[in-house]
Amino acid sequence: MSFLQHDVPLNWYLLLSAALFSLGVVGFLIKRNLITVFMSIELMLNAVNLSFVAFAYQWHAVKGQIFVFFVMMVAAAEAAVGLAIIIAVFRARATLAVDRINLMKL
Amino acid sequence: MTILPFILWSLLKVAVVTVVMLMGIAYTVLLERKLVGRIQNRWGPSRVGPFGLLQPLVDGAKSFLKEDLIPTAVYRPLYLLAPIISLGCALISIAVIPFGASMGPKGMDLFEISNLNVGLLVILAVTSVGVYGIALAGWSSNNKYSLLGALRSSAQLISYELALGLSLVGVVLRAGSLNLRDIVNQQATLGMATWNIFGGLQFIAFFIYLMAAFAETNRSPFDLPEAESELTGGYHTEYSSMKFAMFFMAEYGNMINVGCVATLLFLGGWTSPLGNLMGPFDNPIINAVLPIFWFVLKVFCFLCLYVWVRGTLPRLRYDQLMNFGWRFLLPLAMLNIVGTSLWLAYH
Amino acid sequence: MHLILFFLFAGLCLAGAINLLLQTHPINSALSLIVVMTSLAVLYLLLGAEFLAIAQIIVYAGAVMVLFTFVVMLLNAGREERTLGSRAGARVGFPAVAVLLAVLATVLLHAQGLTAAHLGAGLTDAKSGTNLDILSQVLFHELLLPFEVTSVLILIAILGAVALARADGSKTGGAEGTAEK
Repeated sequence: MSFLQHDVPLNWYLLLSAALFSLGVVGFLIKRNLITVFMSIELMLNAVNLSFVAFAYQWHAVKGQIFVFFVMMVAAAEAAVGLAIIIAVFRARATLAVDRINLMKL
Repeated sequence: MTILPFILWSLLKVAVVTVVMLMGIAYTVLLERKLVGRIQNRWGPSRVGPFGLLQPLVDGAKSFLKEDLIPTAVYRPLYLLAPIISLGCALISIAVIPFGASMGPKGMDLFEISNLNVGLLVILAVTSVGVYGIALAGWSSNNKYSLLGALRSSAQLISYELALGLSLVGVVLRAGSLNLRDIVNQQATLGMATWNIFGGLQFIAFFIYLMAAFAETNRSPFDLPEAESELTGGYHTEYSSMKFAMFFMAEYGNMINVGCVATLLFLGGWTSPLGNLMGPFDNPIINAVLPIFWFVLKVFCFLCLYVWVRGTLPRLRYDQLMNFGWRFLLPLAMLNIVGTSLWLAYH
Repeated sequence: MHLILFFLFAGLCLAGAINLLLQTHPINSALSLIVVMTSLAVLYLLLGAEFLAIAQIIVYAGAVMVLFTFVVMLLNAGREERTLGSRAGARVGFPAVAVLLAVLATVLLHAQGLTAAHLGAGLTDAKSGTNLDILSQVLFHELLLPFEVTSVLILIAILGAVALARADGSKTGGAEGTAEK
């Protein structure tokens, strides 16, 4: 089926990936809520994944896709631990604003 | 095939399947009311039409005509979005479910909307996204009962999704494919003897799948998210009219999906229980329709089982639910995987 | 066809990511992130990575983000307030991020010009079969050890999450620990 041909230049995927990563960085910098900051990190991970998949497509290298698979698994583990930490912090400080969580000890 | 016929053909299939699915949902509700009625020694709906057969239409009209209340304290965007997510996810899964033998001219598959290599995973993915409908409904309603129901529900769905996914691994191992057609074809040869639940020795997996499916669809005995005796209505307490009806339809749509998946994975899909003993007929129309008949019959039996369980078992306590999922079903599912792998390696 | 789909879902991605920044309530941000992740899954599909597309939805949209929304609901986190820190971050951050974007784009576009010859043998594999077949072949033969190590990592993460969430035994730690993961 001819209309299923891939006709998008790879550059565009890479630019999208760069843009998403930068937006993730912006979010990490300007958001003041611990959970949203954490979400920005996830956004950055996703952006990197996109460039991995794009390169894997270009070079027919399936290892790029497997790397994304590993990133996903690590991200899932990270989310579980990170959110548990957030819950612990919230219990100790009763706030999620990163400006108020400014002590090394809870 | 060029693009326009492809899109038109797909749209046609989607339209037909969606209409059939919605009718199926409506009549599953009637089936449940009838069967539960008989279990409780009463008649169930019997006034509208012969044997109450027009009851679903009247019910639908009623929920359309009811006043659509939106409480003032709700968070509107999410309150409105939640039922759409719920119903949408319930209706999407059917897109990858094959309900008849593959046939049709020029590679056009008549009895499946789209045949994917990762069909089984698509169903799992859609199910896992469906959690948002319930979670957001409960949260945005700004009501403590709704929130409790939603929290219970998301914890329950995440927990049982693991057991559900793991119970399917044995079947996937046997078929060596995630394509639903491959999985069915692998069980097709000798009828019931080669169905995964019997000949495939996956009855433990079937049991786990059954339990997890009850929990995933929030059905009794795991219907804690909407336990009416303690949470009034759970996550849909604040919903009325058509929005409530959408949750209701989503629940029954999910039941049908779960029934279809169980049929495909464990009960031989559209193949006849007699296998090749009852060979292909001369008439091509019978050959096309008979598989659909078997498929619908199997799903119907599964739905009856659902209703039977609902009519007979009491609701679990929340800690019992969690214990059952994590301490019993999950280890059992893992044992099943190990056992199946060893069995396959031995052969 | 691909071009249309790409523009549609790349646009959705960017819109979701920008919305994540603009929203003040964490639950709205979480939902925008889900939109981003789901659109990314479609882009993966366009790039022929069907398994990853589904894994993206199952793992990210179906598990990770459910945990996020779950925590937002559990802690009932309200809107965030603008503080001095956030304004300073915005002032210093935006130019820095613009530079970062430029650098990233340059590097990625440069790398895009490379061919398999630059990378040396062994990276490009020309096996036949569907995406899923090749993926599992490589994953369970060549990369079995990393795979197993990852599973240990996840086990540790589960234990860590339970331990952290129920650290304070006097409160309702037990129930939350079970619910967490």
